[in-house]
Amino acid sequence: MSKQSQSVTTITPRKKLFELNFGETLRYKDLIILFVKNDFKTRYKQMLLGPLWAIIQPLLTTVVFTVVFGNIAGLPTDGAPKFMFYMCGNVLWTYFASCLNGAAGSFSGNAYLFSKVYFPRLVAPLSNALGNMLNSFIQFIIFLGFLVYFVIRGGVAPQYSLLWLALLLVVQSTLLAMGIGLVLASVTIKYRDLKMLISFGVQLWLYATPIAYSSTLVKEKLPSLFQLYMLNPMASICEAMRKIFLGVSTVSVKYLLISAAFSIAFFLLGVVFFNRAEKTFTDKI
Amino acid sequence: MEQDVVLQTENLVKEYRLGQIGTGTLRGDLQSFFARLFKKDDPNISLLADQYYDIEHKTHRALDGVSIQIKRGEAVGLIGTNGAGKSTLLKLISRITLPSEGTLSYRGKVASLLEVGTGFNGELTGRENIYMNGAILGMSRADIDKKMDEIIAFSEIGEYINTPVKRYSSGMFVKLAFAVAAHLDADILLMDEILAVGDVKFQDKSLRRMEEVASEEQKTVIYVSHNMATIRRFCTRCIVLESGKVVFDGDVEQAIEVYTQRKKQSFSTHNDVREAKRRYCPNALVRKVSFEEFDILGADECVIQDKAAFRMRFRFRAKEAIAGTRLKVSFCDATEQPIATAISPTFDISEGENSLEVTADIRALKQGIYTISGALMQVSSFDIFSYYDNVDQMGMIEILPDEDGLLWAARVWGRAELPPLKIGGDSHE
Repeated sequence: MSKQSQSVTTITPRKKLFELNFGETLRYKDLIILFVKNDFKTRYKQMLLGPLWAIIQPLLTTVVFTVVFGNIAGLPTDGAPKFMFYMCGNVLWTYFASCLNGAAGSFSGNAYLFSKVYFPRLVAPLSNALGNMLNSFIQFIIFLGFLVYFVIRGGVAPQYSLLWLALLLVVQSTLLAMGIGLVLASVTIKYRDLKMLISFGVQLWLYATPIAYSSTLVKEKLPSLFQLYMLNPMASICEAMRKIFLGVSTVSVKYLLISAAFSIAFFLLGVVFFNRAEKTFTDKI
Repeated sequence: MEQDVVLQTENLVKEYRLGQIGTGTLRGDLQSFFARLFKKDDPNISLLADQYYDIEHKTHRALDGVSIQIKRGEAVGLIGTNGAGKSTLLKLISRITLPSEGTLSYRGKVASLLEVGTGFNGELTGRENIYMNGAILGMSRADIDKKMDEIIAFSEIGEYINTPVKRYSSGMFVKLAFAVAAHLDADILLMDEILAVGDVKFQDKSLRRMEEVASEEQKTVIYVSHNMATIRRFCTRCIVLESGKVVFDGDVEQAIEVYTQRKKQSFSTHNDVREAKRRYCPNALVRKVSFEEFDILGADECVIQDKAAFRMRFRFRAKEAIAGTRLKVSFCDATEQPIATAISPTFDISEGENSLEVTADIRALKQGIYTISGALMQVSSFDIFSYYDNVDQMGMIEILPDEDGLLWAARVWGRAELPPLKIGGDSHE
């Protein structure tokens, strides 16, 4: 019989505390690809402007930031062109926030599917992150377009030798966003009122991160709090991105390493929480 | 696990906690926690005393030590009354939830058709949804491509395959879902009444396809149904579950016999229906009236002696007096399908205890076992039914074969006999 090599699956009540089950998740790579593709397709179906929304949203935010924080409030941008300064922060933050929100909604958004069929549950937040990556990539291309213009005109000085670091920083912010999102996803199964906190919290976090202003401003105005401020893992990621693409602002390796440690720790914690929650999720909704 | 065994469970237990776990909000739980810490009265106890703290530690075993072995190519029927644990067992096998104790192992892939069209996305076309469903099963795109034409042909969807499924009729939707499920590359197929989809022609086609899957493709099928006719036709083995335990495992005919006998034993001529399962009614009037007891009169162990005058007594309690209500009594067969219904003229209900004795003429019903469902209702002048209470299984009766007349072939002729035909054409007198 040809089918005798079929693998045997054994299910027991107790699963290990930490179980990434990467092999199994990988076997479902076709499902992940389909989820990403379908999500992209359905997100912009029956819409007037379609995928253009992916571009309009950060562009408009950047324009608003430039006018409000740059021109009206007159905040310094470390010498970089205002528009580029805010756009760099916005593209990064949009990606981070949508990854976090997406991961936090892993259970509530897929409750119906999860209660009907089995597939490795981690597929849901993973494909969500990939979808957001695709979206942000489009925004990044636009950003690159502007960057080329400003490089020719002068005013920005990208650090070409550090471009590889940008990739690492994207991975790092993904891990951080997914980690925190997965913890929230698991906790909100039981405490639904925490959902209120998520969108509100992400908004507050935006103000605790140098997106709309520069971290040198914090150093000048609140020197006693600066060290604490830089413990925010997103702060050093954002400043490092600006360093790489615009050549402005300074970030110490120390804070970058702390941020990396935080991201990895949160991701592992998120997976532990998620594993615990997925076992009993269908019994609790 | 032996080579030809595809599914094996050992002492499988699934336990559910009853009642609410915690107060459900972080604020409530913190409140209770601090109250306990400072030895004050918990504000949530008085509020939720009955539903929350008292029941909190009680558990219910939906499955209580199930050990079964299923071999390759078997078509196994799973029968039992509501709440016997059939769906829970399917949920465990399909890995939607984990067992509380015991182990479960299987060989290959499991596809569950617990609800047809699971994971269908309305915005996507039929073809895209086929890929999606296959991917959920863990199949690769190439594997799905190989089956694509076969699936489309079976589903009878034709040219609409490239239309978003949200524009499908419900019949088309279900046909496509079944076609996908029946052709995908799973080694074990779990089905929950799925064969009752589409029109009669498609149902027959589905059933034949399932027979093919089990006998020719050597796949294993586990089928849950209340319909004994499909179980008989389709299954090679049958397991009877009761209160989470396996009470019979083996020959199909014997299993159905065990099931029917067991079901009969759980009823008597006197039934307390205070805790019985209520049917959900869309426009139910808040439980002003509820059935408490149901008695079968003039019968010996639920075997009906006089079909022309079958007497029953209903006792119910009303919170207020209500005028113009009706009593509805339905007789259902073993598959819980209603066969016949009798409705009373209107009567008035007084506040408090009520007792109502009724007589039904059930000469039309042929031999067999029937469950009785009862409802108190009001019919408005717009023909809208409003139910006060509706109990699915109040009791059970057995009707013996008639002593005179023809031997009744119930499986072919149905369960009810109309008055004899009159010979002659012109009956317009």
